[in-house]
Amino acid sequence: MDMSLDIILNVKNLVVHYETESGTVEAVGGIDIALKKKHALGLVGETGAGKTTTARALLRLIPDPPGVVKSGVIELDGDDILKKSVRELETIRGKDISMIFQDPMTALNPVFTVGEQIAESIRLHESVSNKEAYERAKKMLELVGIPGFRAVEYPHQFSGGMKQRVVIAIALACHTKLLIADEPTTALDVTIQAQVLELMKRLKNEYETAMIMITHDLGIVADMCDEVAVMYAGRIIEKGTLEDVFNHTRHPYTEGLFNSLPNIEDRKAKLKPIPGLMPDPTALPEGCAFSPRCPYAKELCGKKRPQPRWISDTHMVECLRYEEPVFRIVREDIN
Amino acid sequence: MSAKQASPKPNQPVSKKTNNRNRSQFAEIMRNLKRNKGAVIGICIIALIVVLTVITNLTVDYNEKIIRQVASERLQKPSTEHPFGTDQYGRDIFLRVLYGGRYSLLVGIVAVMVSLSIGGVLGIIAGYFGGLTESIIMRTCDIFSSIPSMLLAICISTAFGANIFILMISVGVVTVPAFARVARASVMTVRDQEFIEAARAIGASRFSIMFTHILPNSLAPIIVQVTMRVGSAIITAASLSFLGLGVPAPAPEWGAMLSEGRSFIRNYSYMTMFPGLAIVLTVLSINLIGDGLRDAMDPKLKR
Repeated sequence: MDMSLDIILNVKNLVVHYETESGTVEAVGGIDIALKKKHALGLVGETGAGKTTTARALLRLIPDPPGVVKSGVIELDGDDILKKSVRELETIRGKDISMIFQDPMTALNPVFTVGEQIAESIRLHESVSNKEAYERAKKMLELVGIPGFRAVEYPHQFSGGMKQRVVIAIALACHTKLLIADEPTTALDVTIQAQVLELMKRLKNEYETAMIMITHDLGIVADMCDEVAVMYAGRIIEKGTLEDVFNHTRHPYTEGLFNSLPNIEDRKAKLKPIPGLMPDPTALPEGCAFSPRCPYAKELCGKKRPQPRWISDTHMVECLRYEEPVFRIVREDIN
Repeated sequence: MSAKQASPKPNQPVSKKTNNRNRSQFAEIMRNLKRNKGAVIGICIIALIVVLTVITNLTVDYNEKIIRQVASERLQKPSTEHPFGTDQYGRDIFLRVLYGGRYSLLVGIVAVMVSLSIGGVLGIIAGYFGGLTESIIMRTCDIFSSIPSMLLAICISTAFGANIFILMISVGVVTVPAFARVARASVMTVRDQEFIEAARAIGASRFSIMFTHILPNSLAPIIVQVTMRVGSAIITAASLSFLGLGVPAPAPEWGAMLSEGRSFIRNYSYMTMFPGLAIVLTVLSINLIGDGLRDAMDPKLKR
């Protein structure tokens, strides 16, 4: 009872396909997410793993055609988003869920001032006068560290980092319950990255917003998130708390991700990238999608689909090898 | 960051400076336009024509000077009294040409507004929704544009009678497909940009996305199209009047005046020359402005 009240986002068996003429792409193949209030979930995985598609599906923003949500339930605070009408969705987007986009350079409308753009989000969801909305927009701008008088300026007069601050201000203007950040710092340089992440962390705590952070930077996840979900070829193959996934890594793919990070203590060490490429999403292998690249793979892995396996209350892994009680990966329990 | 450096400064001068920068896009276009000699000449001529037309319309009595027939003064050569001469009914051509500017300018502008509002909206809808909606709208436009535009205008004018409102509408309807196509193309380039998705993500409705987010971003080619089309609308209107399908007889429409002077062209060529010159001058200067605007709005041409 208490548990379910505490959960802001509950995704069950979400399947998203892109149906093109050259074949059906299974972009998201049945994932489950349960995110608690005020918590931050890091969604990690390489390009094409289905992270962005998942995020868009949460807002029902998948381009249709070719995208189709095949099945699943997305419950935000108990309401199923997939059953909402377009009109109802408009009231949810920006108010209950908002999204920070990857590239701040293109996420702002070039013909409106930044103040107008923040005010628009407020005006759409709250019955306030234009003037009031604008005043609040100015306050939001100050909150993200930009002087309020710059609200009259246009996006092209702002630097990349400042634009991303504006995007954050728009996303948080209506005290949203769930914030989805789709690689919010990928387009920024490292010093600005740190500032923006710091800002997001501060505002998230201040507004008590739950957050899904999509990234392929494990460092950001360690810094920002409470939980981690690792995606591969449209499935969550390992998830758990930060501690579970970082220190008690179970899935061979997650191990591969950690191994491919440079080691600051041994700077001459060669990187160990994961061999091979992501499988063609129109023709996923019959069994475990990672098996062709997996150093631990057995014959069975290529034939049977692994099912979620709960190691503890919080830690889930999808790997067939754990059916053998003695199986261990090299990196497991580094501490 | 520059924001942090700027904030300790006194607010007044900073915001004033930024205000100037804010107008930069419009100011930039105006500056480019001023640099274009053709466009400046065009603007001057059009301004002159408009001013003269307005003055004539306000000061000259239509019944006494414009359409009253004076048998004693018929077919006079240009002189100081009648700078452009008189026609076969003794009416002063100078005053008639100046007065007649109202029809051409009005028809030109209103017709373009008609086709802009119909074609523009159709184009935006087609470009935004795509798919079946787009196919229906654009194929209908294709059908319409496969009928010669003059023929279509003649059909509409004959069907609904010869008066200035029908003229405006028939000239306007003919260019609807052209506007729809320009608007659609320009919407399609904006539609898939990330800020449109961002607008959707904050819960903006489809209507507001189409008209407040996409439209202002795709305006430049539409504005150019508008200016260019005013010129051709004036020509179409004059042609229809020439055929007797536009503004009815005594009114001094330029096309109608050409048509009247046609039978006197051998001996009294000034009767056709002056209204013809008026049309040429008006259309030429509008096209010069249109060219100038197109260049001024093209960021690739920025030096």
